[in-house]
Amino acid sequence: MTQLVKINVTVNGVSYEREVEPRLLLSDFIRHDLKLTGTHVGCEHGLCGACTILFDGESVRSCIMFAVMADRHTIETVESLGTPDHLHPLQEAFMEKHALQCGFCTPGFLMTLVDYLGDNKNPTDEEIREAIDGNFCRCTGYENIVEAVRLAAKKMAAHS
Amino acid sequence: MAERVFHKSILRNEDPQILAGKAQYLDDIEIPGMLYAAFKRSDYAHARLKSIDVSEAKALPGVIGVYTAEDFGDLVKPGPLQVPPPTAIKGATYASRTIMPIVKDKVRYSGEPVAVVIAESRYIAEDACDFIYPEFEPLDAVIDLEKALQPGAPLVHEDLPSNEAAHVIQERGNYPEAAANADIVIKKKIYMDRVAAVALENRGIVVNWDDKAQMMTIWCGTQSPITLRNATATRMGLFENQVRVITPFTGGGFGPKINTSMPDDVLLTELAVRLNRPIKWYEDRRENFLATTSERDQVHYAEIALTKEGKILGFKDVFYHNSGAYDSYMMTVPLNTQTHTVSNYNIPSFYTEIFMVFTNEMVVTPVRGAGRPQGVFVMERMIDAAARELKMDVAEIRRINLIQPDAYPVSTGIIGQDFVEGVLDSGDYPTALAKVMEMIDYKKFREEIQPKARAEGRHLGIGICTFTEGTGVGPYEGAKITVGGNGKVSVATGVATQGQAHYTSFAQIAAEQLGVEVKDVKVITGDTGAFAWGAGTFASRGATVAGTAIHLAAVKVKNKALKLASQILETPESELELVGGFVQVADLPDKKISLGDLASKANPMRGTFPPGAEPGLEAVAYYGPPYGATGAGCMAMILDVDAETMKPKIERLVMVHDCGIPINPMVVEGQVHGGVQMGIGNAFFEKVFYDETGQLLTASFMDYLFPQATDMPPKMELGHTEIPSPLNPLGIKGVGEAGAIPTPAVFTQALEDALFDTGVEIMESNLSPSKVYTYVQKAKGA
Ligand code: FES
Ligand code: FES
Repeated sequence: MTQLVKINVTVNGVSYEREVEPRLLLSDFIRHDLKLTGTHVGCEHGLCGACTILFDGESVRSCIMFAVMADRHTIETVESLGTPDHLHPLQEAFMEKHALQCGFCTPGFLMTLVDYLGDNKNPTDEEIREAIDGNFCRCTGYENIVEAVRLAAKKMAAHS
Repeated sequence: MAERVFHKSILRNEDPQILAGKAQYLDDIEIPGMLYAAFKRSDYAHARLKSIDVSEAKALPGVIGVYTAEDFGDLVKPGPLQVPPPTAIKGATYASRTIMPIVKDKVRYSGEPVAVVIAESRYIAEDACDFIYPEFEPLDAVIDLEKALQPGAPLVHEDLPSNEAAHVIQERGNYPEAAANADIVIKKKIYMDRVAAVALENRGIVVNWDDKAQMMTIWCGTQSPITLRNATATRMGLFENQVRVITPFTGGGFGPKINTSMPDDVLLTELAVRLNRPIKWYEDRRENFLATTSERDQVHYAEIALTKEGKILGFKDVFYHNSGAYDSYMMTVPLNTQTHTVSNYNIPSFYTEIFMVFTNEMVVTPVRGAGRPQGVFVMERMIDAAARELKMDVAEIRRINLIQPDAYPVSTGIIGQDFVEGVLDSGDYPTALAKVMEMIDYKKFREEIQPKARAEGRHLGIGICTFTEGTGVGPYEGAKITVGGNGKVSVATGVATQGQAHYTSFAQIAAEQLGVEVKDVKVITGDTGAFAWGAGTFASRGATVAGTAIHLAAVKVKNKALKLASQILETPESELELVGGFVQVADLPDKKISLGDLASKANPMRGTFPPGAEPGLEAVAYYGPPYGATGAGCMAMILDVDAETMKPKIERLVMVHDCGIPINPMVVEGQVHGGVQMGIGNAFFEKVFYDETGQLLTASFMDYLFPQATDMPPKMELGHTEIPSPLNPLGIKGVGEAGAIPTPAVFTQALEDALFDTGVEIMESNLSPSKVYTYVQKAKGA
């Protein structure tokens, strides 16, 4: 039997102490151990970006990290943004610009973008496309996502 | 008057839940006591399975069982046909060899399962696969479509005389005569290669057997929940109502999720009953490339016969279609190719012949576009070849051959995937072409922009193509609409949703009739416990066929509400209207009753119930079209090609499209955007590549290039012509595949135009910079 390792992780402001196998992927830990299923898994090899979370405030792919690497670190997932009744301005912008269809890629985009828009208040369209180039979407053709990011930047400026 | 909500861009009902990460997708489902499945798959594409040793895997802690063909007894037999054979077409021959749930003695594609592991966790199940030792005797693989039909070729199915899966000839007019009368006849060989659907969510299934209740619940992101339910019940000897299929939120479908009676659903329903524990399987991306169906590979030998003025007299197309290892989905894809090759042009003589071929590759079933992109690619490339030969403008040669707007309905004489002779119900192709030319400034591009760019040494090219999209085919769909005591409306239909906004567009259709807010309509799709009749989500038919059924059911409910309200309010029905959740007297809006109260009163608990009455504010309706509604459009693209690296940049992309009356224009544009992205992938980035031994070389996103945000044009400039379909009361036509259909043809045309100075001619899709470079070198004679 594999040895279990004790880890301490803060996710969306709640601290968790868990015992995990060293090989457990961080994405599986978040989804199946913590039951935060808003983080999605589309490839499990670090390309599609669906599993993106914030790790100590930086966007990372949780499918190519192990849960043990999160010991004594802080994580934010899509569940930290807004609720269906009180969406985050970025989520509102996605809805208003029809920037999601099946929605499977969406949490990854949102987490990539909260990080990005935190550092880049007023990006150009080309910069937005560069920023989301590592997130795959099969449904939208990206155009409405670019528009949503533009709108979100405005909304977030108004909020701050 | 109630505010109109049909034909309006309304934000989506489903978005807040999805955006907040609260939508439940398949792999989010956990049931206490759940077990996890993993498949051991063959590394060979064609081999005899001599033996298989599972003892080590079985001994692994946490493994519940490892099962091979011999553990499944009678279950190991070819599954049901998903689509009927083409018996409606005279002279068609076919051999049906349907998908096997697990390899018994022979492997026919790389990735075919040879064993299934059930374990306490997915990690352990996947570990165990590495401790299973099959012994194979490799056989020569059948890969090349034309060689596959030559005598002496190895056989995918040894009980058949050859690898021919089907043969179909369809024709109208007289091609040999047309060719004899033509001023020129051009012949070309044209290829299209394979693409994967790549829904971002992989396939998967959760099965729960409740032994006490004798009920099975299946959660699955299938496009065809009712087929899955019926096939499962039939196979297991259960009644249909002992099996409930629920489709959770689904991360894209694009075709392959239509398939049922696949190894996973056949074997895991059986094991869930045997073990009396819930089981989950969620595919990984590698498996998705290996063992989920894909589509497109065809080889065409095409001929076009024209007058010297460019009028097309006849077209001939003999093509080979790759069916993969089995043909459970029969001929939907190649028949779509036949019906879409010449559909929008006036071509008196047309001869089209399909050789459908078994190969040692993954099974082929529709992927967004479903045979249509190939037909359009062949036709449009041939027209370009003719324009080049006749020194005609590519837009002009199209214009003079298009079907005119006063010609409808037009019978095509070619039987399609729905087994009825094609009829174009409505459209206006010349206007779409003219609009696109105007939007992209075609004249100015040719006269000023392109010559100037060329003078500067830039390689700027334009492509312009037209197409049709046969949509909304039969047989039928249905819907049940119920007004609740809460005054809200529930709509249940048999089709399933994979992101197409049905929770909103279907709600709009019902709300329009019932005078309620769109957000107060709850749409249930793909739950056989809520609605148990229908065919499924495919062929861009959800909005057209299920949408029409919803409209018809809503009208029935409205009439019921008016009748009952007229008694209660003592006012003739003709003076009543449905507004804001009430039935009210039009001139005296204070005299009213809420829909919720009416719903309660429509279900009396005591007293008498008149003969012929039906309880509740509820109605069911069904709709089946006589034939499909045909959407159409025109696309143009300007490409800037770097002649050193052969990297193309899409400068502009313009498309004018007709899908009849759009229910929600915002959603329609979204559908087109996604389709175009897939088309761009198809043209230049994506390619499922099998080598000559049948090994899949593109089983990850490292090797399979997925179109990313920077690969897309800065803007997709869309225009619409809204020509209502006369086939349904809402005038709608489908749109799901439109974007994917013309894009490879337009892209290739623009690429050739950009590289005009090299004289290159490109008769294949799924290009790449290195492939374009090779073409150019060849054209230069290097
Ligand atoms: S699931 Fe992590 S990048 Fe695709
Ligand atoms: S919305 Fe479906 S993958 Fe992006």
